[in-house]
Amino acid sequence: MTIAIIDDELPMRRLLRAGLADGVRLVEAETGEAGIGLVAQENPDVVLLDLGLPDIDGIEVAKRIREWTDVPIIVLSARGQERDKIAALDAGADDYLTKPFGIGELQARIRVTLRHAERAKGPNPEALFESEGLRIDLSARQVFVEDSEIHLTPIEYKLLSTLVRHAGLVVTHKQLLTEVWGPAYAYEVHYLRVYMAQLRHKIESNPAQPRYLTTETGIGYRLRFT
Amino acid sequence: MTDRRPDPDALIVELRTKEATPGHGRLKVYLGMAAGVGKTYGMLADAQEARRRGLDVAIGYLEPHGRQATEALAAGLERILPVEVEHRGLMLKELDLDAALKRRPELMLVDELAHTNAPGMRHKRRWQDVEELLRSGIDVATTVNIQHLESLRDVVAQITGIFVQETVPDSLINSADQIELVDLPPEDLIRRIEEGKVYVPEKVQIALEGFFRAGNLSALRELALRRTAEHVDEQMRGFRQAATEPWHTTERIIVSVAPNRLAARVVRAAARMANSIHADLIAVFVESHRQATVTTRGRDLAADALRLAESLGAETVILSGEDIVQELIRLARKRNAPTIVVGKPIRPRWREIIFGSVVDELIRESGDINVFVITGAAETGTILRVAPPPKPGDIKTFGATIGIVGFCTILVAMLYPYFAPANLSMIYLLGVTMTAARYGQREAVLASLLSVFAFDVLFVPPRWTLAVTDVQYVMLFVVMLIVSLLISTLTARLRMQSQAASERERRTAALYDLSRRLAATRGRKDLGQATVEKVRELFDCDACVLLSDLESHELQPMPGSLTGFEQLANETLVARWVADHMTRAGHGTDTLAGAAATYFPLVADENSVGVLAVALNEALLQDQASIHLLETFASQLATAIHRANLAKHSHVAALQAETERLRSSLLSSVSHDLRTPLAVIEGSAESLMSSENTDDKQRGLAAAIRDEARRLGRLVRNLLDMTRMDSGAVELNRDWQSLEELVGAALSRTEPVLGDRNVIVHLAEELPLVYVDGVLLEQLLVNLLENASRYTPPGTRITISAESHESTIRVTVANNGPPLASGEEDAIFQRFHRKATDGDRGFGLGLAICRAIAEAHGGTIIGRNVETGVEFVITLPLPKAQPEVRDE
Repeated sequence: MTIAIIDDELPMRRLLRAGLADGVRLVEAETGEAGIGLVAQENPDVVLLDLGLPDIDGIEVAKRIREWTDVPIIVLSARGQERDKIAALDAGADDYLTKPFGIGELQARIRVTLRHAERAKGPNPEALFESEGLRIDLSARQVFVEDSEIHLTPIEYKLLSTLVRHAGLVVTHKQLLTEVWGPAYAYEVHYLRVYMAQLRHKIESNPAQPRYLTTETGIGYRLRFT
Repeated sequence: MTDRRPDPDALIVELRTKEATPGHGRLKVYLGMAAGVGKTYGMLADAQEARRRGLDVAIGYLEPHGRQATEALAAGLERILPVEVEHRGLMLKELDLDAALKRRPELMLVDELAHTNAPGMRHKRRWQDVEELLRSGIDVATTVNIQHLESLRDVVAQITGIFVQETVPDSLINSADQIELVDLPPEDLIRRIEEGKVYVPEKVQIALEGFFRAGNLSALRELALRRTAEHVDEQMRGFRQAATEPWHTTERIIVSVAPNRLAARVVRAAARMANSIHADLIAVFVESHRQATVTTRGRDLAADALRLAESLGAETVILSGEDIVQELIRLARKRNAPTIVVGKPIRPRWREIIFGSVVDELIRESGDINVFVITGAAETGTILRVAPPPKPGDIKTFGATIGIVGFCTILVAMLYPYFAPANLSMIYLLGVTMTAARYGQREAVLASLLSVFAFDVLFVPPRWTLAVTDVQYVMLFVVMLIVSLLISTLTARLRMQSQAASERERRTAALYDLSRRLAATRGRKDLGQATVEKVRELFDCDACVLLSDLESHELQPMPGSLTGFEQLANETLVARWVADHMTRAGHGTDTLAGAAATYFPLVADENSVGVLAVALNEALLQDQASIHLLETFASQLATAIHRANLAKHSHVAALQAETERLRSSLLSSVSHDLRTPLAVIEGSAESLMSSENTDDKQRGLAAAIRDEARRLGRLVRNLLDMTRMDSGAVELNRDWQSLEELVGAALSRTEPVLGDRNVIVHLAEELPLVYVDGVLLEQLLVNLLENASRYTPPGTRITISAESHESTIRVTVANNGPPLASGEEDAIFQRFHRKATDGDRGFGLGLAICRAIAEAHGGTIIGRNVETGVEFVITLPLPKAQPEVRDE
């Protein structure tokens, strides 16, 4: 497996090297332009992209990479850069990690993105989702929590199935609103708040401390997947 | 939810928002048909009820009628002591407005709205006091009798034969939030009067024979009932209007104000019409040559009528033009008014045949515009064509006239032997024409009379007598008289027109000159100076400009324009009042009439930027045109000052933006340079800990490195957050947020530090969405939770609860740990405040950031000890309405 790191900070690259070393080939670039070239040349399985690059914006790099490949991109950023994160996600990045992060967290993110990339290549998308007592049968449109069936309204189901399709990955507000309600609703965040609360109250045992549907404040939502 | 019919819920919401209109008090009017129906009693009874409900009620003024039941009902209510004023040997008691404003109760009772204040009080009339109370946000309950309504004055006069002097503008009553009709059948009222419950015994008989006849009372009662019904209807319409589409057009009515005694009546009738169809009223006075001969008295009447119209809520316009009818129609078309109301004085028929009638002409020319004619009795409607007092030069001009006629006579005498007398009359005609052109109408009339007399006596046979033998000479005389009158009228008209034109020209030139000077002037001071110079030059009186200071909003006189009067303490107060209320006041107005100068507010873009003070003389005060011109000056100056202020502000803003840009780029580079190494240290330590090659001792060291790196990371984050909040320009990235989600996100972030502390979340059902910056609010909660973890022992219970009230939402983060040291409740929110027992655990920034975040959202945060431990309460304002979510 090949992982490309685009980051101008040598210590950060060293840390990533140490954390990811086992059985992984790492290729590195210090600038955005070099990074784009690196991705074209090496055809990596995952790209780790820092948003604060010296030459061009990380968002721009994500956009340029997406022009020709669907390689999973994970954005590395600091807290308080929510706008940049959303821009990067909207530009085609698959997920993000807020610095400082633990190596375990990074590895988990890489696993999830890889799995999604695998599935996208395969012929049939999986019809069954299962995680920690939550079971969703996409073919039969049925949702179970601890084996008891939960009845959802059409919109609640659409919302949940959209998250299932991106299970483990963050889905931005805009993405969810566009997919569930349509492009005209892309900025009507209050719809999400209302329906997300309904959905949580149906499938979470403690909606204020959710197990499945977690909030990424200022960004979007994530269906937790282990 | 998409249909637009008004549903009951929407109406209630509307009502609530109306109630919640901040800053302006609500008015409740107790309306009665006559004295003695129990208005004051009803008002006091309601006030007692309100007081029992816990409302802060005070009596601002209660008329001492000496009725025992009423006095008894006032017991227990706080009274603001009236001020006592001596006037012509009488001690008069008046509402103490300043004390009332200072006291600021929730509800103020003010009896007898129509009362006229003693001279020397701030306002002429009590209803103006009430208006000021309302403007300052105090709710007012007041009483008034139906006959005191301005627009009903004529109707009441017709019913009772009494012309009421003390009236209250309809606009005030119409703006009342509630009108309560205090009703009593006339028979009962008469019985009450007979029993001596209303008037002292010696007055009973007079009252019953005069005003309080059963017929009068029934008619007044009907008026009061109808008025109340109209108000209710209007409120209902208001709701309907608010709940549905806005009305596309507003009706407009134009009322023509003529310089006669009928004017006031016409204005009132038009106001009633406008009121009943909810139309805007425009009162217009056309200055034209037809009125050139109108006396000062006529002008006064017109000016009074215009002021009356203003007080009835009308817009007033003064036009000058040759033809009243054309001007009226032009205005009606321009302002899209389908209705014109005019007055028609009843005059002898011959006058209309000879001189024509404005009304008839208007009806002829009006086309699709409706004309309503209000008629008046002959003696009230006569235009007062009384000759003005003779001017000093009159003797001279009359002498000259006699001279001209004499010269003509000599000429005729010389030519008499050669021409027929009829032809010689032409010479007299020439003399009359010259007189008319040179002097004026009166001289011309004199000349023609003299000419006829001289011609008849001296030249027409039989000579030396007034007798005329030949009928043709009679015709000659008549024609001569008519021609001379016509010529003199025409020339007089021409002269008046040219005078009016030059007056207009002078005003336009003055305005043009001022605007040019203002455009060429920079800086607030010079703008004020330019205006003052122009006012002095034009009106030949003292003037001064006082401008609001940009920061302190104190009024400051412009240094260059000092004239003396503005230094008097009283005058400063008047200026302050005018600036605050944005209304003209001072000398020659109804408000603070005792001041030395008239004060015009400088209002631009609904902001008060200062005051223009002009010490006008009496003649100018009476001249509507001058006042209009000064008002125009004031608005020109205000706009210029406003522009100057904006320029100054934008300069400051540009500087601030530059500073802010620098600061934020510095912050982000510092943030990046500090945080990246910390992230690397933390990550590396974690890697070491999870590595299989690490032994326990090394693992312990790695854990210490990781924890300290985290601590340092938190410090850096807090320092940066604080700096960012400090710069004052936190850009809130507001969005609709659900508290449940924010609490969930904060809990998941603090899970590692909270350890085994038991967290209980208790959020009220159906919490509304909040409109906040989600990231900042989550940070606030995280800081509170981190704080709780730092200052409480393991095993502590932490409770997060939230509930919403009408306009706020309250979030409480409580724990049952050790209490805050007494006196520390507020100090903990200070920056770098640390507990004495802190050791090395805290930085003293977390709570300061919490407070900064809460305040940036317009909310508050407090910390306090409660029985069960410590709680932190965040209160945030809720937006007026929740966003709409379409059902599935």
